[in-house]
Amino acid sequence: MKKLLLSATLLLFTAAGIFAQDKFFTKSGKIFFKCTKSSIEKIEATNKSTTCVLDTKTGNMQFAVLMKGFEFERALMQEHFNENYVESEKFPRGEFKGQITNNKEVNYSKDGSYPLKVKGSLTMHGVTKDVETTGTLTVKQGKLSTNAVFNIQLSDYNISIPSVVSDKISNTVNISVDCLLEPLAK
Amino acid sequence: MKKIFRNILLPVMLIVNLQSLFAQDVDLLNLVEDKKPKKEYVDYAFKSPRVIMAHSLEMIHPGVLDFRILHRFGNVNRGLYEFFGLDQATMRIGLDYGVSKNFTIGVGRSTYKKELDGYLKYRLIHQAKGSGSMPFSLIAVAGSTMNMLKWEDPNRKNYYTSRLAYYYQLVIGRKFSEGFSFQVVPTMLHRNLVATTSDPHDLYAVGAGTRIKLTKRMSFNVDYFYVLNQNPALLLQNPLSVGFDIETGGHVFQFHVTNASGMNERAFLTETSNNWGKGDIQIGFNISRAFQIKKNKKK
Repeated sequence: MKKLLLSATLLLFTAAGIFAQDKFFTKSGKIFFKCTKSSIEKIEATNKSTTCVLDTKTGNMQFAVLMKGFEFERALMQEHFNENYVESEKFPRGEFKGQITNNKEVNYSKDGSYPLKVKGSLTMHGVTKDVETTGTLTVKQGKLSTNAVFNIQLSDYNISIPSVVSDKISNTVNISVDCLLEPLAK
Repeated sequence: MKKIFRNILLPVMLIVNLQSLFAQDVDLLNLVEDKKPKKEYVDYAFKSPRVIMAHSLEMIHPGVLDFRILHRFGNVNRGLYEFFGLDQATMRIGLDYGVSKNFTIGVGRSTYKKELDGYLKYRLIHQAKGSGSMPFSLIAVAGSTMNMLKWEDPNRKNYYTSRLAYYYQLVIGRKFSEGFSFQVVPTMLHRNLVATTSDPHDLYAVGAGTRIKLTKRMSFNVDYFYVLNQNPALLLQNPLSVGFDIETGGHVFQFHVTNASGMNERAFLTETSNNWGKGDIQIGFNISRAFQIKKNKKK
C-alpha cells in the first residue's frame, strides 16, 4: 500500500510536469531602438517580429531578431543600417540568451505586476557581450507581458560611426523590448 | 494492479521525471522557430539606381525623391589649356521618385541638345532566397527623350514628333555575393528622325554593368553598351564608363571616366564619338541626394 501511495504521488508530479504551463513564447515581440544624437535627424527603428521564449520554471529566457526586420522611417537610413552598420547579410540575427535572476519572486499563476532582474548575453554583429537590466513582467489571464529598457554601446559591438555622421549618431543605443507571451502549446 | 504499477508504470514515470530534470539547458528558441528558411528578397545590388549611365537593378525606395546632378567635363586629352577638360562641362539634372517598391519614375533635363527625358521603370522579378527563391531580378524600363533645340530650318515643315526618341530596356541581373553584382541590359532605341537614310531608326544594343564592392561605403563600377547596328559611316564608339561609388551619409558620389558625353540613353547610344584608345575620355561625376517625401508608415 505504501508503494502504491508513493507511485500515485509520483504519477501526480509527472502529470503536473506534463500539464502545467511553464513555457511561454511570442513571435511578434517588439524591439525599438534609438541612437539619435541631434534633434535634426531622428535615428530610430522598430522590429515587430521578435521571437521570445521564456521558461517560467527556470527563469531562462531567449530572444532572437532578424536585423533586416528593423523598419526605419527613412528608407535610406534603413539601407545604411543594413549595409554599413550591422552588416545584416553577414550577421543576420541578433540574439539574447539570459535568465531572470529573481525568478522565484514572480508568481506566474497570480495576476499582477512583478519587477524583473535579467542577466544574460547579447550577440549582435558577431560580438557577444554581457548585459544586465531590469524590467517588469505582468501576469494577466494566463498571458505574460514583459518589457525592459537598456543601453548598449555601439563600439562594444565593433560598429563604428564615421566622422561625417558622428554628430548625428550616438554611440549609446537605447533599446526597449516589449513582448506579450502566450503559453507554448506542446 | 500493484504489479503493473511496480513493474511498468513506475520506471516509466521515473524516466519522465528525470528527463524534465535534465532538459533544463535546452535551446528554448528551438521550440518555436521555423526550420524552413523564409523568403527573403535580395536588395542593395547596386548603391544607386544607375550603374553609371545605365539603369541598375536597384529601384528607388517607395516615397523617396532622388535628386541627381550628373556632370561630364570636356576631354582629358585637351591638355592644360582646357584644364584637362574641366573648363567645359555639360550636365543633366534629374528627379527620380519611388512610387512603390517595384515602380520608379524619373525625369531629367540635359544641357546637351536641351534634351528632356523621362522613364518608367518596373521590377517584374525580384531576386530572393529562402523558400520561393529566385536567382535573378528582371526589370523593364521604357523611356523617351525630347530634343528642345530650335528647328535648324524653321522654314520647312517641321513635325513635333521629330524631336522624340524612345527606348525600351530589360535589366536582367543578379547580386552574386555581397561584393559582386552583374547585369545585362538588352536595349532597343527608336528615333523618329534620323540624319540620313543609312542611319537605322531602330537601334539595338546590349549593355553590361557590374559592381565590385571595395569597402562598406565604396565600390568599383563598370558600365558598357555594345551597339549592334550602328551606321559604320559615322565612326561611332561604344560607350564605356568606369568609376567609383562613394557614399557619405545622405549622398552618393559617383566619380568616373567615360567616353560618352551624352547623359541619356539616346545621347550615349547614338552620339558617342570619343575613343578610349586615343584618350578622348572625360571625367564625370554624379551626385545623388535622397529625400524621404513620404514617411514610411510607423506601425
